[in-house]
Amino acid sequence: MSSPLRPLPQWADVALIPLVNVGAAFIISGLVVLAIGENPLDAVQILITGALGDLEGIGFTLYYATSFIFTGLAVAICFHAGLFNIGVEGQAYVAGLGAALAALNLGFLPGYSLAAAAIIGAALFGAAFAFIPGYLQAKRDSHIVITTIMFNYIASALMGYLLVDVLRVPGQMNAETPEFSAYAIVPHFYELLAPLGVHWPVTPFNLSFLLALAAAFAVWLVIWRTRLGYSIRTVGANATAAIYGGISPARVTIVTTLLSGALAGGMAVNVILGEEHRLILEYTAGFGFVGIAVALMGRAHPVGIILAAILFGMLYQGGAELAFEKPKISRDMIVVIQGLVVLFAGALEHMFRRPVATLLARRTTSPPI
Amino acid sequence: MDLFNAFIVVFASGIRLGTPLILACLAGLWSERSGVVDIGLEGKMLVGAFGSAAVATFTGSVWLGLLAGVAATIAVSLVHGYASIDQRANQIVSGTAINMVAAGLTALIGNAIWSQGGRTPELPASAQFQAIELPFVDAIAPVPILGPIYQHLISGHDLVTYAAFLLVPLTYWALYSTRFGLRLRAVGENPAAVDTAGISVRGLRYGAVVICGVLVGLSGVYLVLSQAAYFQPNMSAGKGFIALAALVFAKWRPWPALATCLLFGFLDAVAIRLQGVELPVIGPVPVQAIEALPYVLTVVLLAGFIGKAIPPKASGIPYVKER
Repeated sequence: MSSPLRPLPQWADVALIPLVNVGAAFIISGLVVLAIGENPLDAVQILITGALGDLEGIGFTLYYATSFIFTGLAVAICFHAGLFNIGVEGQAYVAGLGAALAALNLGFLPGYSLAAAAIIGAALFGAAFAFIPGYLQAKRDSHIVITTIMFNYIASALMGYLLVDVLRVPGQMNAETPEFSAYAIVPHFYELLAPLGVHWPVTPFNLSFLLALAAAFAVWLVIWRTRLGYSIRTVGANATAAIYGGISPARVTIVTTLLSGALAGGMAVNVILGEEHRLILEYTAGFGFVGIAVALMGRAHPVGIILAAILFGMLYQGGAELAFEKPKISRDMIVVIQGLVVLFAGALEHMFRRPVATLLARRTTSPPI
Repeated sequence: MDLFNAFIVVFASGIRLGTPLILACLAGLWSERSGVVDIGLEGKMLVGAFGSAAVATFTGSVWLGLLAGVAATIAVSLVHGYASIDQRANQIVSGTAINMVAAGLTALIGNAIWSQGGRTPELPASAQFQAIELPFVDAIAPVPILGPIYQHLISGHDLVTYAAFLLVPLTYWALYSTRFGLRLRAVGENPAAVDTAGISVRGLRYGAVVICGVLVGLSGVYLVLSQAAYFQPNMSAGKGFIALAALVFAKWRPWPALATCLLFGFLDAVAIRLQGVELPVIGPVPVQAIEALPYVLTVVLLAGFIGKAIPPKASGIPYVKER
């Protein structure tokens, strides 16, 4: 059989291998663009110009990135506990309900405390929806992957029913709630900057971005600086060892999924409270699944997740421009890239390890002249 | 009598809606029984559907369409196999990747070729599978009860549907009565034992992955060549995941898989039938509740409230030969 691998130097492990993996995903994406008869380099140029070329592009990019930071963190925190939460999509969707119910029914709260209540509502509903799969995994040994997949569809059916038959404004065509009051929303950056004399173009980029950065810092703090984080990582690394260490894997599983659901709720804060200002049908639009790609690409570390989320924000914003200029490269291209990133950075993450290790070994052992 | 006829109509529609589930569920059964978890059924179904639609559109041949759909799905299955078996990847991650790439790529290519937002042109009748009339339909049809059952439930389906129903006993026989089946089940429970007996774990798992590709490919082919007559993005609409739910619900066994898929297909048919219908007392039927029922039932089963669903012991765990 093959010889055991020598451990790679740390810089290669942390930076080189992930870059090679993501690079492979982008090279294959380039080949796909080539195959449908377009020039990949042109495409990249349009994409980057569209995403970062002006303040408007940057605003949209960061707006998307905000959602991806939240969903990426939600997936990543579960990774640390050895859990695969595929249900971030459904959790974010139901979190939107929490935000909307608070925003529409707690109008008696003074000023912006209503927005704070709506944010808490989003986190609570996201966490509550994640609780059931987490509890079933912890106590009844039901596989969380299957239950969260099922819960995505249950969320879709439940929200469809509520929006179409219960929450919809009578006489309205669209399945959506009434618009929230001005104190129930998270303000846009362009509105905040205008009084200061800074002109920022009208984009959905809102204050939730700062909340996302704070959440990323909090996740880092929890995972690497607290007793709970230690338990989470121990259960993820070896649940049996955790039991001997006095840690209850069941409790850790439930707490982690609750945190994950609450983080998924951040997406509702960004989209529902920050931009739409009402709850709309299927507002999550697959962003919960993007979180999987973001978490894998960012190697479940908050810094990596922020970078990966910004990259995916660029892809979503630039991809829209690209689809506009080159109709052949529709927005589905972004889903392809996302899938390839999951494939190479996740499933095939060790494929390039051996070649890279061989290459590095050859360089370091070559005789000095 | 009216009620009876209505039931016949709903059951017949349940069979049509259940057929792709049966094929995909059997596909998952083969894969997972060998120890390779497959949550990529949804994406593979799309690949099968798109492959058959594209080739049937270009060639006008239903058979070449079928072959292309199945071949494309086998190719995707092998990617999952390579990741799961040779690269010892997390099989959930690999399946997720396949779902994303399949959904994106089929829509992208469809849009690049036909410029209809990913939809392919409608196929002529000659490039579709047609309903097959079984013998003596005319003679038996007038018989009360039996006549309509024979005419609408047993006769009048297309080739892929009959194939799907035949594949259930075939799978049962292959899994439980052949040497290959015994080894395949063993490799999903205890690969080390199979390895010790000098049988290739890798070979068996690749075999299962290819069979899975053929079956789930057929389910995609069915969506296009038997039902819709065109491909459109995300036309599988969660059927791959319902099949996965059915597989869990059937506890990874072929006959219960058939029953579960028919039940889920029937629920789907009922939901369509009851759209907008007002019932006494309840009022308008919350169709979403019926649509969510397969998922709710599966979660309840997984929670251990109606029996216990125990997956093959080695499923999802890559086999490491050297220790």
